[in-house]
Amino acid sequence: MTHTALFPRPSRTRRLLSAAASQPVAAGAVVVLALVLAAAVLAGLIAQSDPLGISPRNRYQAPGAEFLFGSDQFGRDIFARVLHGGRISLAVGALSASLAAVAGTLAGLLAGSFRAVDTVLMRVMDGLMAIPNILLAVAIVSLVGPSLMSIVIAICIPEIPRVARLIRAMALSLREEPYVQAAIGMSLPRWKVLARHILPGCLAPLAVQFSYMFAAAILAEAVLGFLGVGFPSEIPSWGNVIAEGKSAFQRAPWCILFPGLFLSVTVLAVNVLGDGLRDMLDPRIAARRTR
Amino acid sequence: MIRLILMRLAAVLPVMLVVATFVFLLLRLSPGDPALVIAGEQASAEQIAQIRRDLGLDRTLPAQYLAWLSHMVQGDFGVSALSGQPVLALIADRVEPTLVLALVTIIVTVVVAVPLGAVAAWHHGGWRDRIVMTLAVIGFSVPSFVIGYTLILVFALRADLLPVQGYVSPFDDPLASLHHLVLPAATLSIVFMALISRVTRASTLEILGEDFIRTARAKGGPEKRILWRHALPNAAVPVVTVIGLGIASLISGVVVTESVFNIPGLGRLTMDAILGRDYSVVQGLILVFSLTYVLINLAIDIVYLIVDPRIRY
Repeated sequence: MTHTALFPRPSRTRRLLSAAASQPVAAGAVVVLALVLAAAVLAGLIAQSDPLGISPRNRYQAPGAEFLFGSDQFGRDIFARVLHGGRISLAVGALSASLAAVAGTLAGLLAGSFRAVDTVLMRVMDGLMAIPNILLAVAIVSLVGPSLMSIVIAICIPEIPRVARLIRAMALSLREEPYVQAAIGMSLPRWKVLARHILPGCLAPLAVQFSYMFAAAILAEAVLGFLGVGFPSEIPSWGNVIAEGKSAFQRAPWCILFPGLFLSVTVLAVNVLGDGLRDMLDPRIAARRTR
Repeated sequence: MIRLILMRLAAVLPVMLVVATFVFLLLRLSPGDPALVIAGEQASAEQIAQIRRDLGLDRTLPAQYLAWLSHMVQGDFGVSALSGQPVLALIADRVEPTLVLALVTIIVTVVVAVPLGAVAAWHHGGWRDRIVMTLAVIGFSVPSFVIGYTLILVFALRADLLPVQGYVSPFDDPLASLHHLVLPAATLSIVFMALISRVTRASTLEILGEDFIRTARAKGGPEKRILWRHALPNAAVPVVTVIGLGIASLISGVVVTESVFNIPGLGRLTMDAILGRDYSVVQGLILVFSLTYVLINLAIDIVYLIVDPRIRY
């Protein structure tokens, strides 16, 4: 803490730039993500045609001037469907990862600080981890019916135990730190110790975990769509665009390849970003680099 | 030692109880009346009431739960609503393709990914490391069905080297079986290779920093021997643990892969049951899958307890 006085903290832009310079690959991933996000947000402007517009005359058009990514069995423009689908896929990813992060953090903090809760809560988490995640998600969505909410919840539930375990382990080790012991010794209320001293220490690993969960959630949405329990066809997502293309993929492989490419590049960028964050935030790896 | 093993065994019960409770609640509290689904659209009110009585749906939820749980514990998983066959018989019928696919995948993964991860750790920061880690993160990010369809397109349709889809039992025709397994096993392995090579690399790196490696070097042992004899066996513990934990996602992967390659295994049974709202089959499958996962991890933990004196819970 004292060195901040000796070496004045560089400005925020300076720090961002030096972080980007130390992790050029992760910085590239951020740029790719920004592009995908912009394409999804501006989908209506970039793709002139209607993602739902059916034109039987144009079935299975190969990629070309009229249809940049080709067209599907109803003559819908794959380019427009992929860009619009990005909105849903990214939203599902962000919402599921956020929900899992919040629920898992709460569970982990509770388990890490109250003995009585710990055993029961962690056994429940062990049980949830034993159920294959895609199976659990497919079962939930098919029982409740596909909607944004049911799909987000179905994808987030299997992720909760991972976060809970991570945060619990962090909370248990942070509790032994002298500054936390001091706060407890000063009879600070439990929730204040948790909120002010334990939670901030958990944020770095949580950020790394969040990016991996975000990537996994985008993939999970696609798998649900592929297995036929995702969003209905009127709501294009990367998952169901691929799912609809699978029946004709011998004749029109572009129906799968282009949405698959967008999906893979996005997930890859998020994973690379997660690796970069991990390397930057993990003190052991950071120390190895500066040494 | 015996006490530790018994304690580890006892830990299986609460986990399975949680799984069972979760499955029960999921199926009973979801909207939609199973009796209506089973009876079909033309059923009369009496028929529906009869089915509801047969299934015990007219009782209170706790009573249903206890009755259901006692059936499950006795291995009575009920009867499929679609085919009328006992659930366990249905599952037993479809185990073989899934088991064959999963075993081949695990073997291929370990044989390829462990050496890759070790080489990456050995050449830490070099070009070999970078290539392996780049491949690993790509393998992590491309959805398995996209890999599967791309492989079919390239190797089955364009090159015409391998069959597009289907399954042949190795007991009927080993050669044709292998021929049919290449693409699905490759599809399923890629994700696992990514995972296992990353874990192998991380754990080998950690071991390579230990004192006993320095001692081995100081004694003048050849570098190759240090990697394969001293470092890797010690790095194996986290790798095997991750393989055990990966069983859950392997099962998820099997569901997708069987769907891509039209393999009549448990994954296809699962999807048919879910889409057909065949509740008893769905719950039976989830329980069997979870039990498999729990038992494999139990076995791994017990083997560790026996062979590795450092591990004490």
